[in-house]
Amino acid sequence: MAWSSFADLTDAAKSTGSLAQAVIQRESEETGMPTAELRMRMREALRVMRAAVKRGLDGDAHSLSGQVGGDAARLAARSSGIFAEALAAALAAAEVNASMGRVVAAPTGGASGVVPAVLLTFAEHYAKSEDDLVDALFTAGGVGSIIAARGTLSGASGGCQAEIGSATAMAAAAGTEMLGGDATRCGHAAALALQGLLGLVCDPVGGLVEVPCVARNATGTAVALAAIEMALAGISFPIPLDEVIDAQASVGSALPLNLRETARGGLAVTPSACRIVATGPGSAGSTANDDSRGAR
Amino acid sequence: MAEQRSIFDVIGPVMIGPSSSHTAGATRLGRLARAVFGQLPEHAEIALHGSFASTGYGHGTDLALIAGLLGCAPDDERILCAYELAEAAGLTVSITEAHLGEVHPNTARFRLSAAGAEMDICGSSLGGGAVCVTDVDHFAVQITGNLPLLLVEHEDRPGQIAGATRILAEDGINVASMQVSREQRGARALMLIETDDEAGAEAVSRIGGISGIISVQVVSAI
Repeated sequence: MAWSSFADLTDAAKSTGSLAQAVIQRESEETGMPTAELRMRMREALRVMRAAVKRGLDGDAHSLSGQVGGDAARLAARSSGIFAEALAAALAAAEVNASMGRVVAAPTGGASGVVPAVLLTFAEHYAKSEDDLVDALFTAGGVGSIIAARGTLSGASGGCQAEIGSATAMAAAAGTEMLGGDATRCGHAAALALQGLLGLVCDPVGGLVEVPCVARNATGTAVALAAIEMALAGISFPIPLDEVIDAQASVGSALPLNLRETARGGLAVTPSACRIVATGPGSAGSTANDDSRGAR
Repeated sequence: MAEQRSIFDVIGPVMIGPSSSHTAGATRLGRLARAVFGQLPEHAEIALHGSFASTGYGHGTDLALIAGLLGCAPDDERILCAYELAEAAGLTVSITEAHLGEVHPNTARFRLSAAGAEMDICGSSLGGGAVCVTDVDHFAVQITGNLPLLLVEHEDRPGQIAGATRILAEDGINVASMQVSREQRGARALMLIETDDEAGAEAVSRIGGISGIISVQVVSAI
């Protein structure tokens, strides 16, 4: 396991100069892979993330059931600026995931929009380099590995707070570091992000990674941007990140099973959700992929 | 997602969506089933259990399992065209739903056949892309696909395990784990030898030549 506490990671960052460097060095020590090779591998993840966002923004990603798709393009057509562009990017990657396109789980497929949305949008608006982005992804991965070690990244175990919540904390820490925040500021950003989504339940309509998962990638991104703003303004969250993660883990195990990816509670059992499920796959709209599934 | 071994298990895997368990894991499970079977099947009957049966189609679990049987990796965009790929490769598939008892909710049972060979394989997608084959021809097993494996069918009598592991030792192959089970005393038995490096063809053929050993199958890591 790479890291089990943000306090330790912060200490390590003091000697390496950044969270990203601390994460890369530890990964290299544990896997025996040279840092250059690790960076190359992360660059490949970055390439896939970028392609997913682009494809979603082009508007051609529609889910198998037809419930989601085209919203990223809709949002991008209406407004620009960091906030709107990040939201659109989050929807874009999540729509590609829902339509069986290629994504990078970050930390899961269902939550794969938040981290690229925040980081790629920052990179564009603040003219950050490819290396800065690779650094940021290692920082995001480091925070995610701490959540995995202390709690869970799985919606079935901990609800949506474990997926979108964790992605939001990862993006908040990495985005803060990208904009010049030190390790302590990054910790506050992640804590501020995570506290905002504490208790978020996993209630997918029809059990599919579509509604509300795609929209939650955008709302998670909004929370991440809010947390980054607050942290960079010097606002501190009085509960340290490690303790917020522990709270997230205990809230997750206290959640009833109905609200942990079983589609038996929350939005999944609303009358409208039941209608969507009853009318069956494909009936909610056209499905771009019908042709390729002929023989089923 | 029980253990994140690396940062790339958090930022990763690169996968075809939407679900690491129902899509990426299902692809790996199909790949592993094929590796255990040892060849491209001509026919596959796949029974989906639990959550695989109830939400699998919406996650492309059927496509993923078939693409896996055809050798696709979890990030292969051809997963979407799995039925066409199967047709082109001469693989016929039938998919049913079944209750397979007290098993993991994301479980599939494969009945694979090709050129007279037949095998019954049951396995589960455990989350985050991790998989485990739990049953091969009604022998309880634990095959994760993380390391290469030798699947040795043999008679249940003294010296079989020692014979096989001696040949591996002579070949410089380190054993990572072993499982041995049998139908009943003195009957057919199955030995699973997980190794750090894959055993070479010569070692495999020497093991196959030991008296009492019925078959040896190399299952590559996936």
